Amino acid sequence: MIRIENLVKTFGAKRAVDGISFGVERGEVLGFLGPNGAGKSTTMRMVTGFMPPSAGRVTIGSHDVAESPLEAKRLIGYLPENAASYPDMTVRGFLEFAAELRGLRGSQKKQAVGRVVERCFLQSVLRQSIDTLSKGYKHRTCLAQALIHDPDVLIMDEPTDGLDPNQKHEVRNLIRELGRNKAIVFSTHILEEVDAACTRAIIIDRGRIVANGTPEELRAMSDLAGAVTLSAHGASAEKLSALGRVEDLNGAFRIYPRDKSRAAELAQDVVELVSREGWRVEGMFSERGELDEVFRRITLPDTVKR
Amino acid sequence: MRAILTIAKRELVAYFTSPVAYVFLVIFLLLTGFFTFTAGNFFERGEASLAAFFGWHPWLYLVLVPAVGMRVWAEERRSGTLELLLTMPVAPWQAIVAKFLASWVFLLLALALTFPAIVTVNVLGDPDNGIIAAGYAGSFLLAGAYLAVSCMTSAMTRNQVVAFILSVVLCLFLVLAGFNPVTDLMTRWASPALVDTVAAFSVVTHFDGFQRGVIDAKDLVYFLSVIGFALFATGVIIRGHRSG
Repeated sequence: MIRIENLVKTFGAKRAVDGISFGVERGEVLGFLGPNGAGKSTTMRMVTGFMPPSAGRVTIGSHDVAESPLEAKRLIGYLPENAASYPDMTVRGFLEFAAELRGLRGSQKKQAVGRVVERCFLQSVLRQSIDTLSKGYKHRTCLAQALIHDPDVLIMDEPTDGLDPNQKHEVRNLIRELGRNKAIVFSTHILEEVDAACTRAIIIDRGRIVANGTPEELRAMSDLAGAVTLSAHGASAEKLSALGRVEDLNGAFRIYPRDKSRAAELAQDVVELVSREGWRVEGMFSERGELDEVFRRITLPDTVKR
Repeated sequence: MRAILTIAKRELVAYFTSPVAYVFLVIFLLLTGFFTFTAGNFFERGEASLAAFFGWHPWLYLVLVPAVGMRVWAEERRSGTLELLLTMPVAPWQAIVAKFLASWVFLLLALALTFPAIVTVNVLGDPDNGIIAAGYAGSFLLAGAYLAVSCMTSAMTRNQVVAFILSVVLCLFLVLAGFNPVTDLMTRWASPALVDTVAAFSVVTHFDGFQRGVIDAKDLVYFLSVIGFALFATGVIIRGHRSG
């Protein structure tokens, strides 16, 4: 549904987006990660046709955004950064305005508004003007606007930014549910969201893609992935070091595999060693890897890297 | 066309959901009343016409129209809704035209509310209502020209105050280029041809005909081209912002 080829955006001498390519199909939820200023919003603005790219191509469905912007925009629902909306309008007025701009009239419009109001839980504030709403409601109002025409493609710039934990949870569930039959791209810098909602994640840094994969694949890039943490009575680092590099964590030991591809066997080796030595096990887990460690490692400036 | 109507409707409603519209209407009506009847010596003139009324419009609009136009794009950019609007299936020119038309209709409404002036002259005497109609048409076009300039300056900045000031300055040029004291001063050192050329750019020169009841195609073309040019420039400016 979404195809992006060699997208470049320059602001003066700065290359905000520097040759990004990826595709998103129906049924996929792509998490777009990166530190602030990495080029996430700029990329999304180019995908939605707000900004013309300096080079490269964006195709939505079968429409090139630069060549037939109106056809491409019809397929997209967009939640801009900070969920901008007209503060002087009521929620209903705003949604009706969005529906009319999307070409919905009469009973179609009424139905569409009713559907998104239900979906985004806006019944209680329908008649309120937007500037009197709490941040969560403002956000949901803008999200409702993006869903009003039941778009095939949904682009969301930090959809959970500024929401409380309950609201974040709701929005993530909504994203996952919508992702079943839409192509979704959303940006975030909250890594737990990748696990909660994405089928795939891309990490960008300084305008370039530095990682692209499923949450599991990204996590496997972590140093920690496959390591075994053991806390056992009588265990000694000396004996464990036969299996791999050992780190002492105040009473517990973390053993890193020598070779990541043999990570599964490491757990088995540890179990065998424990039973051979007769240590009393208090706890043992196999680490899946941590996304934020991967994120930090690949997006830190070179000067800060170890 | 539908998109234009939808956006224009929203804009117009937006004027009236804030107190701005009512404040503007009251100030506009008070000022037109004051300038016509007090400063314009309406009663001492002893003639049944609205010359005292229309004569002030280029000056009155100088402050009032930029006050209406300053928010058109600046507010949209400040609040981030520009991004929302331009990612809808709407061409930028449609949004530009729609917003301009909505504000122009608002000014038309303000102008329509000056109808007591017409009633007054008709009660007191026997004016030529054709001249009055032409005067209103001219005044409406004049407001449109100022408004288009205000839309343009509004697109230049996120700050409404800056937009307002820029717009007043630009419109002031449009007035002064044909303002008699200025043109008289210019004739002292410039050739008459040059003075006429400069004056031809002025709204005052082109508004004169309407006040005398003459609707000249030249004047019509002038006002419509000022509007067209300013709106086109608005489009270029907005495209510039989007390109970054």
